[in-house]
Amino acid sequence: MGYSGFRILKEGLFGQKGWKPVWRDPQPKPEYDIVIIGGGGHGLSTAYYLAKNHGLTNIAVLERGYIGGGNVGRNTTIVRANYFLPGNSEFYSHSLKLWEGLEQDLNYNVMHSQRGLINLFHSDGQRDAFARRGNAMINQGDDAVLLDREGVRKHLPYLDFDNTRFPIYGGLYHPRGGTARHDAVAWGYARGADSRGVDLIQNCEVTGIDIQGGKVTGVQTTRGPIRARKVAMVAAGRSGQVAAMAGMRLPVESHVLQAFVTEGLKPCIDHVVSFGMGHFYISQSDKGGLVFGGDLDFYSSYAARGNLPMKEHVMEAAMTLMPMIGKARVLRSWGGIMDMSPDGSPIIDKTDTEGLFVNCGWNYGGFKAVPASGYCLAHLIATGSPHDVAARFRLDRFRTGRGLMDEEGTGSQHNLH
Amino acid sequence: MRLTCPLCGERDRREFYYGGDAMALERPAPDAGDVAWNDYVHLRDNPAGATRDLWYHDGGCGTWLVVERDTLTHAIAKVTPASEVAR
Ligand SMILES: Cc1cc2nc3c(=O)[nH]c(=O)nc-3n(C[C@H](O)[C@H](O)[C@H](O)COP(=O)(O)OP(=O)(O)OC[C@H]3O[C@@H](n4cnc5c(N)ncnc54)[C@H](O)[C@@H]3O)c2cc1C
Ligand SMILES: [Zn+2]
Repeated sequence: MGYSGFRILKEGLFGQKGWKPVWRDPQPKPEYDIVIIGGGGHGLSTAYYLAKNHGLTNIAVLERGYIGGGNVGRNTTIVRANYFLPGNSEFYSHSLKLWEGLEQDLNYNVMHSQRGLINLFHSDGQRDAFARRGNAMINQGDDAVLLDREGVRKHLPYLDFDNTRFPIYGGLYHPRGGTARHDAVAWGYARGADSRGVDLIQNCEVTGIDIQGGKVTGVQTTRGPIRARKVAMVAAGRSGQVAAMAGMRLPVESHVLQAFVTEGLKPCIDHVVSFGMGHFYISQSDKGGLVFGGDLDFYSSYAARGNLPMKEHVMEAAMTLMPMIGKARVLRSWGGIMDMSPDGSPIIDKTDTEGLFVNCGWNYGGFKAVPASGYCLAHLIATGSPHDVAARFRLDRFRTGRGLMDEEGTGSQHNLH
Repeated sequence: MRLTCPLCGERDRREFYYGGDAMALERPAPDAGDVAWNDYVHLRDNPAGATRDLWYHDGGCGTWLVVERDTLTHAIAKVTPASEVAR
């Protein structure tokens, strides 16, 4: 179905009755070549690139709820490539390049807005660390500009620069960073996969994974058994439960991360701003709401809603950084379940079971990874070997201690990221 | 969320520091090998439902506690001093 200004006008005149669903609602077939467990951003993009890049279309994506109901529709939509360590650098760089061509590729408006991201720093030591990170980004071929205090003031005049605890020394500016409309990303990939023949099956919870002689043979679901030659587990916050069906324990703990949005306001925050010392970040949605968040609640949870102490902490950080925000009214808050890995970096790998793949450990940064994660998992499933830019996302790195990617430098241990 | 410390009574979550899964109390022998140590340090059951984890009463009596709670509802079932649980 085509979208155009003319079409919107026409549908408006006829009561919006002409729009049709953009993907099918198929019955599950008894057998597929490939079954993907989880219809979030990563599962959908995996199906899309399997079809588009590798010509594989006998695929089902099984989703226990509805498309877009997981974290892909709950995040704060930041898209960036400002990583530091080999492994993450090339992967997120590749992802940002895919983002930059995504709307053309999907022929779908995902409202990708490269409005620029500024990470603030508040001491000489932090400036040095950010200069080093900026150099790593430039080495990777991405963009980074080290701003001094006056440089930040030009972009963000509304900040409190003279806060006595965290005076602003400057910021690392990533002009190609920004945001995208999260639901549209899920819908765009869903439409793209469906139109290439992939079956998207909603309200279909996987309840078991069938393994015979060390080889995966299919899955059990609430809509009956489905045979498959290859199965990919792409369940984000629920990765632990899904992997348990295959007798696996993962290096993952699930934690709740909260987010907040205010009433719609006129444009006032033009960038994505992050205030790491206060555990706070913010951007303004195209609808006008200020979208912001902070850190994890910091204890394992599947509740998808958070506690008051973290809400209080986030509000305090907001007031510290930009006192003007005190005039805005918070409309709502919500939480999502994060698959936290010990080193804070993800996993895209085979498992010990032949034909069974795992994609997890996205922590709080998996939205920007949606294009490259699907691209690389599709490559792994189709060719049997990892894609170059995801070659370090190994499942066994924790056991061997080789190739850990601890961006924050806090130690490769649970509950530290 | 509130935890009832056996020594101090019912207190706000802000007073406690979270110490992760209570399997931390079952430390393998130093020479147990990398599989056992990987299990201990990295791999988790990560249950959606009943769990046992460690909390430190930072803003109170300074006792490590084993808390039995539900990760889906945040309901607390039982709080025991870790010294009574660990052998
Ligand atoms: C508040 C918040 C803010 C965030 N902000 C950002 C940000 O600014 N930038 C960024 O890059 N990332 C951000 N993230 C992280 C990002 O949203 C996630 O890392 C990412 O969406 C996870 O991948 P996904 O989209 O595939 O997950 P999901 O959308 O959660 O997909 C997983 C799917 O698997 C399904 N599933 C689970 N179990 C089963 C089963 N047994 N059978 C069938 N289906 C199953 C679930 O229903 C779900 O739909 C944020 C997350 C949260 C919660
Ligand atoms: Zn106490």
